[in-house]
Amino acid sequence: MGAAQAGAGPVRVRRAGWERAMSLECGVFHTRYESDMGLRPWPVQRIRLALFAAFVLAFPFFASPYWLDLANQVAIATVGAIGLNILVGYTGQISLGQGAFMAIGAYSAGLLTMNLGLPWGVSIACACVMTSVAGTFFGLPSLRLKGLYLAIATLAAQEIVEWGMTHWTAVTGGTEAIVLPAPRLFGVRLNTGFSFYWFGVLMAAGTALFAANLFRTRMGRAFVAVRDQDIAASVIGVNLFRTKLLAFATSSFFVGLAGAMIAYYRTIITWERFTLETSIVYLAMIIVGGLGSIRGSFFGAVLITLLPALITNAGRALQDTAPAVAGLLPYAQQAVFGLVIILFLIFEPKGLSKLWGNVKDYFHVWPFAYRRG
Amino acid sequence: MGAARRDRADEAAPAGPVLRLRDLTLRFGGVTALAGLSMDVRRGELLALIGPNGAGKTSVLNCVSGLYRAQEGTITLAGSGGANHALHRLPPHRIAALGVARTFQNIELFKHMTVLENLMLGRHVHMRGGVLSGGLYLGRQRRREIEHRRHVEEVIDFMNLEPLRGAEVGNLAYGNQRLVEMARALALDPAILLLDEPTAGMNAEEKESMARFILDVHEERGITVVVIDHDIDVIMDISDRVVVLDFGRKIAEGTPDEVRRDPAVIDAYLGHAREEAAVGAGA
Repeated sequence: MGAAQAGAGPVRVRRAGWERAMSLECGVFHTRYESDMGLRPWPVQRIRLALFAAFVLAFPFFASPYWLDLANQVAIATVGAIGLNILVGYTGQISLGQGAFMAIGAYSAGLLTMNLGLPWGVSIACACVMTSVAGTFFGLPSLRLKGLYLAIATLAAQEIVEWGMTHWTAVTGGTEAIVLPAPRLFGVRLNTGFSFYWFGVLMAAGTALFAANLFRTRMGRAFVAVRDQDIAASVIGVNLFRTKLLAFATSSFFVGLAGAMIAYYRTIITWERFTLETSIVYLAMIIVGGLGSIRGSFFGAVLITLLPALITNAGRALQDTAPAVAGLLPYAQQAVFGLVIILFLIFEPKGLSKLWGNVKDYFHVWPFAYRRG
Repeated sequence: MGAARRDRADEAAPAGPVLRLRDLTLRFGGVTALAGLSMDVRRGELLALIGPNGAGKTSVLNCVSGLYRAQEGTITLAGSGGANHALHRLPPHRIAALGVARTFQNIELFKHMTVLENLMLGRHVHMRGGVLSGGLYLGRQRRREIEHRRHVEEVIDFMNLEPLRGAEVGNLAYGNQRLVEMARALALDPAILLLDEPTAGMNAEEKESMARFILDVHEERGITVVVIDHDIDVIMDISDRVVVLDFGRKIAEGTPDEVRRDPAVIDAYLGHAREEAAVGAGA
């Protein structure tokens, strides 16, 4: 009857150190459901995670301000991409309203501080909840519309919010930028590259952990069931109405958080940051990274954030040796961006997450040749 | 364990059928799928629903599980507590929560999830926990997941699915997918199990094994089973009672032997020649 309940922790077979470092599962047997159900059930996964964490903690101490700024953008994009992936990748509800929901997060956070004098932390929390409510409202069409039709409905949300940002002058200041006071924690300014880094990492890690937990429990499974087969989901007892709206609410909560983080990182809010292009860039992130994958959201956020920077740097490097090519690079930026997406769609539709998965699969039961399932 | 369950079901059973369909009429535009159909499903029986293509068999299951709304008529489920539920007014997820589970003719699984995750979804109506408790995964939600995992492992054991536990369902062989779909329905701990052509597309050996599982579900777990199938041999072998549909109407009802000899059934399957032929030949 499944795994026995007696005993404690995984049983390990003795192997040499180098073997343990390479292979994942061989020789590890779970004897309790709890250890089998862990997020990182294998020792090697935990070692990898620890190495990554050590890198993240050490990074700001040797990174230049330029790279710190990029890292902060990655942290914000990771939160936003996980948020979008909850809705698009996991629940299968295509949204073109990412920019709008980020705008609602950013403007709510900013305006609550400017008008009501709320501390920045409270403003950000309220902004997440408000975006969540707005997301639920704009998610109502999903009860009748699917796929591309729903995408068009969320496009309407994007347009409405964009129009509101630029035209509702009394509240948003119209096309004028809103300038916020710098957020401070115990007297330390949080919007510098170094200090925001810790806040950004904390938020990104928290979001990732929350999402990872969500998708190994009841409601997260219901989200995925709605994506894979909505009729079967309803027949097995999933309330489609409730589940879809919950997906919109959960997703927009984190998207709103990403928006609010931008507001306080830049301490300046302008509508240009939250246009339809933002929605598309975020969709590109989760497609390139991997739909329905949390690590994919992170990979996508890294790639799409760094790609323009890398192209610019390449341009600088080529300035002396090949000025003609260097001069072309700024124009090539958009083309390269498009090319990357097209190449992924053709060669690895499951994104960077799948590429990483292939590497891990190879070592799954290494040194044996067969694979699980 | 199985016997104990069955006793419990019998003890709690109020007299009369567990499922009552009355004057059910279902139309799609000009097509009448069900024309005033009335039939009963008795508690604890293995009922077969047969009939030629387009007779309305799947429509009956879809009405019972709430996917179709009949224009006229009622469907009443006698609950375990003695309460009657009007299924024709309830949405599918509420009907599932009342203990009605089903499988589909074309296998509707969650293809990108593992066998284990598919079966855990079968526990959805019995579990608690929303987005927040799931995302935080504190002690309470962890205990719930483990408790229901135990139920699911019981079903995995029952259906011999251990080697497939971690496999993504979309990659499984066809016959195994059928078993997983049935296991998912069983994970719901249903009072009534509706099976829509469980042996479709299977070879003789797989059919035999599936028939064995259906009998086990019925006998060991004491679940009322309604099964649609085109394989008359299988149907006649395993069912307690048979209801025959044609053009959305019930044309015959009885034990397999009674139905086999019924002239109306022979008509429906073989035309109006009224030959002394076995129904099986028409399937």
